Amino acid sequence: MAQITLAKGLNQGLRAALEADPKVIVMGEDVGKLGGVFRITDGLQKDFGEDRVIDTPLAESGILGTAVGLAMRGYRPVCEIQFDGFVYPAYDQIVSQVAKIHFRSQGKIRMPIVIRIPFGGGIGAVEHHSESPEAQFAHTAGLKVVACSNPVDGFHMIQQAIASDDPIVFFEPKRQYHADKAELDESVQPAALFSSRVVREGSDATLLAYGPMVKTCVQAAQAAADEGQSLEVIDLRTLSPLDLVPVVESVRKTGRVIVTHEATVNLGLGSEIAARISEQCFYSLEAPVLRVGGFDTPYPPSRIEDDYLPDLDRVLDAVDRALAY
Amino acid sequence: MTDSVHAESGTAPGAAEAPSTEGTDLGVVFGPGSPAVSDESGTAPVQLLTPEGERREHPDYSFDLDDEVIKGFYRDLVLTRRIDAEATALQRHGELGIWAQLLGQEAAQIGSGRAMGPQDFVFPTYREHGVAWCRGVDPLHLLGLFRGVDQGGWDPNENNFALYTIVIGAQTLHATGYAMGMQRDGVVGSGDPDKDAAVVAYFGDGATSQGDVNEAFIWASVFNAPVVFFCQNNQWAISEPIERQSRIPLYQRAHGFGFPGVRVDGNDVLACYAVTQAALRRAREGSGPTFVEAYTYRMGAHTTTDDPTRYRLSEDLEHWKLKDPIARVKAYLVRGGLADDAFFAGIEQEAEAMGEHLREGCRALPDPSPLSIFDQVFVEQTPELAAQKEQFAAYLASFEGAH
Ligand SMILES: Cc1ncc(C[n+]2csc(CCOP(=O)(O)OP(=O)(O)O)c2C)c(N)n1
Ligand SMILES: [Mg+2]
Repeated sequence: MAQITLAKGLNQGLRAALEADPKVIVMGEDVGKLGGVFRITDGLQKDFGEDRVIDTPLAESGILGTAVGLAMRGYRPVCEIQFDGFVYPAYDQIVSQVAKIHFRSQGKIRMPIVIRIPFGGGIGAVEHHSESPEAQFAHTAGLKVVACSNPVDGFHMIQQAIASDDPIVFFEPKRQYHADKAELDESVQPAALFSSRVVREGSDATLLAYGPMVKTCVQAAQAAADEGQSLEVIDLRTLSPLDLVPVVESVRKTGRVIVTHEATVNLGLGSEIAARISEQCFYSLEAPVLRVGGFDTPYPPSRIEDDYLPDLDRVLDAVDRALAY
Repeated sequence: MTDSVHAESGTAPGAAEAPSTEGTDLGVVFGPGSPAVSDESGTAPVQLLTPEGERREHPDYSFDLDDEVIKGFYRDLVLTRRIDAEATALQRHGELGIWAQLLGQEAAQIGSGRAMGPQDFVFPTYREHGVAWCRGVDPLHLLGLFRGVDQGGWDPNENNFALYTIVIGAQTLHATGYAMGMQRDGVVGSGDPDKDAAVVAYFGDGATSQGDVNEAFIWASVFNAPVVFFCQNNQWAISEPIERQSRIPLYQRAHGFGFPGVRVDGNDVLACYAVTQAALRRAREGSGPTFVEAYTYRMGAHTTTDDPTRYRLSEDLEHWKLKDPIARVKAYLVRGGLADDAFFAGIEQEAEAMGEHLREGCRALPDPSPLSIFDQVFVEQTPELAAQKEQFAAYLASFEGAH
């Protein structure tokens, strides 16, 4: 069985999708000959041709706007946005067009578009290259939003997203692209796309994470175990719709929950999740739902990004606070 | 300096028809309907100094300043290349996270940068290290962004040089708005050459595909804003060749927006100077925007993280090396006996000193305090942010002594 990185998982997933359906089109800046700045589309243009793996002009609004037309014509565009901070020129097309056309056409027109966005920090990059804009899309009715956290999920989730008839914003934790390897066993049936998953069981408190924070939370749980604390970690995977079934079950068991993300805390995913948990698990809670995330400042210069990003210590600090109630 | 260049264009054909200008009227020379744009010969760039270092005449542009000025340009070119090489080396040594090299684009930047007056204002991309040099920005300040200690360490109002903009094309609209402000402040078309001002917006060939850039063209055109759109067509947008952005020579786009466009040899510092000077004069006197396409080549990688061998041929690079922007100035100076060994040795010495300044200065650039970010978000600190700062300070303090 093959050991693959997240980059490889996504690459193989895209390849499988291109093979499975001739209507799938990959498009974005530098995705062709270069294979993308992160090499996620490496080799795809060579094998599937320039009509299906398109180096686009340098215009994000153009990428998404033409994707709408291609989708209306029966194609399934997979659009790559080079970095999180460069999605905004396309924001209008995504929010006002992609998200609304199915609704406005009373279901007559579908928008099977996947918008791939490498997100998150920790790579020592300059500004606009380390942001976490997922809440802005999750807040938009008409868009589905998911985030993968590991190579195997990358492989399956990208194919599931492309097969979906709804528009999906697909977040990929860029600092994980080439970080860890995992074993891909294609005979194992993948979980449903819009489902969250317990990745580590525990009984004292529940850590919720997605994308790059999953690894941080698993490490935090390992560190806590050394101190006799048993933490459960859930990889949310889907941000809109949320799948809180495993979360509610977990919170009923632990009574304490900490939501983590790199994005700013103010009106982040954690806010919605905290509200829903307090609605659905009020009598199980032993402590208020705590949130650990980025401060409400623009992403800082990279030399101090380690201070800005929620790390193991900040997660454990929140665990201690939750346990102190 | 400005005055002697003014004299330059008295010979320009079409200048007689131009209503209120003694300078080259680009609107007449390259304006809509001009034969220059519709036939292929129009795509030949303006060149005043050949790759071999020979001066050339051009019907519309000339460089009339004395050789001391050219020697000054040579110094600028060499020091700029040194800044670039030193920063590249610092990145290799782990002192910078990334660096955007300008190798090959020195003449475009020095020529245009030196054409400006102190009253003009610049909106750069992330690659305008040579222009920054001309504006008097300490090159050390440029390193901060790439080292990750700040997001632009200079005061834009000190040298009339805005912060670097990484989001492709956004700054062209800022430039246009700034120019509209100049119009309202009465510093455009006043007739006083020391007072009249203009804006130069820098951007790349790839950027011309962005909506923002096209909107900037429309705004500047409609409001006749004093902007020079200075496009460095270095043939590449990361891995994508210019053919992926345009089917026509870029400068010809200007006509569709209603203002003149001109293509200049971007590796010829004299031509870049003369063309920018003419475009600036047009803008300052109130005749509106001009598109300058500096035809050049990105001789290095896109940035230090890029690997151009994946997408382009090394023959192209070899071909462009023959058009090196510095070698031709040196050839001109040497052939004409205009500069002696002592001159070149002196500049070499200056370059060494610059290298040392950057190496030592870069390592000494302090990391910002993690708490400082809370103070820079707003003019008026919010209670929420103040509370976050306080909590974070307490959190950081809890580690002190613990380790
Ligand atoms: C809106 C936006 N999209 C994508 C990028 C990523 N990116 C950085 S530089 C670049 C290519 C720019 O090419 P060009 O305009 O020709 O300028 P050059 O780098 O060649 O100077 C791209 C796509 C970005 N910075 N901003
Ligand atoms: Mg370019």
